[in-house]
Amino acid sequence: MAEAMIEFQSVTKQYQGGQPAVDQLSMSIDRGSITVFVGPSGCGKTTSLRMINRMVEPTSGTITVGGRDVTSVPAAELRRSMGYVMQSSGLMPHRSVVDNIATVPRLNGVSKADARKRAEELLDVVGLDPSLGKRYPSQLSGGQQQRVGVARALAADPPVLLMDEPFSAVDPVVRDELQQELLRLQRDLAKTIVFVTHDIDEATVLGDKVAVFAVGGKLAQYATPEEILRAPASEFVASFVGRDRGFRHLGFTTADGVAVHPVETVTRGGDAGAHPDSWRLVVDEQQRPLGWEGPGLDSQLIPGGSLFRPGDTLRRALDAALSSPSGLGVAVDGDGKVAGVVKGAEVLSVIESARRARQGAL
Amino acid sequence: MEWFLANSPMVFERAGQHLVLALVPMILGLLISIPLAQFSRRHSALRQLVATVSSLLYTIPSLALFIILPPLLGTRILDPLNVIVALTIYAVALLVRAAMDAFDSVDDDLRQAAVAMGYKPAARFLQIDLPLSLPVMFAGLRVVSVSNISLVSVAALLGVGNLGMLFTDGLQRNFVTEVVVGIIAILLLALVMDALLVILERVLTPWTRAGSIGTGAKAQSGAEFLADAKVHAGAGS
Repeated sequence: MAEAMIEFQSVTKQYQGGQPAVDQLSMSIDRGSITVFVGPSGCGKTTSLRMINRMVEPTSGTITVGGRDVTSVPAAELRRSMGYVMQSSGLMPHRSVVDNIATVPRLNGVSKADARKRAEELLDVVGLDPSLGKRYPSQLSGGQQQRVGVARALAADPPVLLMDEPFSAVDPVVRDELQQELLRLQRDLAKTIVFVTHDIDEATVLGDKVAVFAVGGKLAQYATPEEILRAPASEFVASFVGRDRGFRHLGFTTADGVAVHPVETVTRGGDAGAHPDSWRLVVDEQQRPLGWEGPGLDSQLIPGGSLFRPGDTLRRALDAALSSPSGLGVAVDGDGKVAGVVKGAEVLSVIESARRARQGAL
Repeated sequence: MEWFLANSPMVFERAGQHLVLALVPMILGLLISIPLAQFSRRHSALRQLVATVSSLLYTIPSLALFIILPPLLGTRILDPLNVIVALTIYAVALLVRAAMDAFDSVDDDLRQAAVAMGYKPAARFLQIDLPLSLPVMFAGLRVVSVSNISLVSVAALLGVGNLGMLFTDGLQRNFVTEVVVGIIAILLLALVMDALLVILERVLTPWTRAGSIGTGAKAQSGAEFLADAKVHAGAGS
């Protein structure tokens, strides 16, 4: 059992003359893990997050961080000990990127030169070119701004990071990159991260544990993402998690048992007969997949589906097969070269045997 | 022109007096308006009151104010202090509303972000709210600058030294050249002050002119993102 870093004890937040925004919340957040608060609008997830750094004061109950009641520390000092990342990057438009990142160290009395030096290092940590440091936030893209927001939150090396829907305003491709980047950072940093989102997919990708909130500020289920998808605790959780939960649950099992078959490939530009009688994979000189040529299609290149990489999950394997025009999911190796293909039916039989194995284990 | 050349020392002296009488109230007005606006902005009843009272203040005729003030302040009618106080009242009347608008123009998300990072209220106000409100604040200051420079000339009727005396003197002597020189001098003074304020604003708010790709970049493509990442990888290796 992991050690608790943040604890809510019967915490209630009630605004004047209304339903409670958070109702008798008791939960324990593990040190060094990512805990995701997820739920529909008005479920109290953001309010709960903001009570941790006292942006919102609870009506009753106590919250402790590292064993200390948060009300025992002056609010400003408490907040400086926690990184905070918000949806609209919240960067100060009148300060350069480097000075934005240096904000909290400067508030803590670190000299300007030292704080800037640290800020420049952090640009590198979050995957940004140090030359961006002199720019103003408005000169960065949305995804870059969010990276700067993360760097700013990390600047004073706080043990706790609070993230309030940080990736919900960027487009899906950038969001995916930022999520992977956060997971990569977390492997090195092992912060205690509390992450708020309304997106159950994001919650299951990022969370070591996921807390599903129901409207009215009640905690509906608090478990690992795998368990929430496999065994929702109530109708509400099941409907919130959505119809695809069976498919998404496949994202927790690696597809090691799925066979990779050889496939006929043809190099682009090479003359290999204009009318193939079966599906052929078109590759470039480095053997990287470009698309498919199909029977009766005049060597016209048809874009391929998603790729299946070593170590990927059953979900990726099945998606590779389902999204491919030939029905064959393209498997690539670590360098992106074609390794072969996976077949949908075989992925399904691996899924079925995984299910049997799980039942046998119960 | 000949008259101006012959009397230029006098004109410059009057212009100097004029500038002091216009500028000092503007600065005092700003110093009073900023805390007043910041305080009353957050209480809707007080905000209404301040907005109404400031409009009413601006409707008081300046001549009336110049005459009422000496008995209230215990000053002599010729004392420039009367003009300073009167124009400070007008400056506050204009600036308190401009300052409230200026503070409203600061994105509340940024205030939240500042609080979340651990800013205390005073530091947040000085380092976040105040600089970010400058663009709107300067719009108000430019109005006050022009308004004050024009109002100062009224004080010439009471005999307080400024460029307006060229009007009163020219009128009494039925000497048009002097009046025209007065008009041109006041106009030039207003233009120079306005230009100085524009330059000051540009110096104080460099970020507002930084080329912005950020607004359109919220929906930036992954390709560009990856290109950035590659640049970075290249720089690291």
